[in-house]
Amino acid sequence: MERVPILKLGDILIISIQVDLEDQSVLALQEDLADKVVSTGARGVIIDITAVEIVDSFIGRMLATIAATSRMLDAETVVVGMRPAVAITLVELGLSLGGVRTALNLEKGVALLDHTRSAPR
Amino acid sequence: MSGDGHLLPIASNADVVAVRRQVRALAVDVGLSLVDQTKVVTAASELARNALVYAGGGRASIEIVENGVRKGLRLSFIDEGPGIPDLALALTDGWTTGSGLGLGLGGSRRLVDEFDLISAPGKGTTVTVTKWAR
Repeated sequence: MERVPILKLGDILIISIQVDLEDQSVLALQEDLADKVVSTGARGVIIDITAVEIVDSFIGRMLATIAATSRMLDAETVVVGMRPAVAITLVELGLSLGGVRTALNLEKGVALLDHTRSAPR
Repeated sequence: MSGDGHLLPIASNADVVAVRRQVRALAVDVGLSLVDQTKVVTAASELARNALVYAGGGRASIEIVENGVRKGLRLSFIDEGPGIPDLALALTDGWTTGSGLGLGLGGSRRLVDEFDLISAPGKGTTVTVTKWAR
């Protein structure tokens, strides 16, 4: 089973998915990330899916679950780098990922998190 | 009508990944556009996972098909599981007997050009989908 590395940059955790993940690896990632958000006190999570060729309903649910779990643990999630073909397919599949914030790339994702955190809470 | 067939087992999560990879390779071979490749691989992923989760496994058959000048990819997902008692209900978005989102069957149907579902209680399930190059 592949384990996806979780990188820490300041108070942001960054996950870059580089391989076609088995379902078990996806579930492991959800748990690893929740632990890491708490142990590091991270305020933001960025999931980079630039290299991901397909997002099916299982991966889609993972993205939504990570966003919801992280929010409960006081961290905002941004999904970055979604390919156009993946976006088209997801909408047709019936998954619009309403609760998940997105940005076009890592840089914009970081900027979005910085903006969110500097806004009055 | 039919070309080379590929038969892949679906017995583990790793097999679902292998099905995705094989479908992707053949989708490129038949000349599907990038969006259509993505759609058919996504549909294959949903249907292969369905066979694993609901029937404990099965097999996938992947073949290149031709219709005049058009080429396409035809995928069959065959299992000997419990079968589906109510096909119309199973195709309804959001309806599931498992723990998923209930988008696998209905969603897959929207991602392909042809969709055929044969199932009866105790008789297993066969889903056949076709995606044509434009």
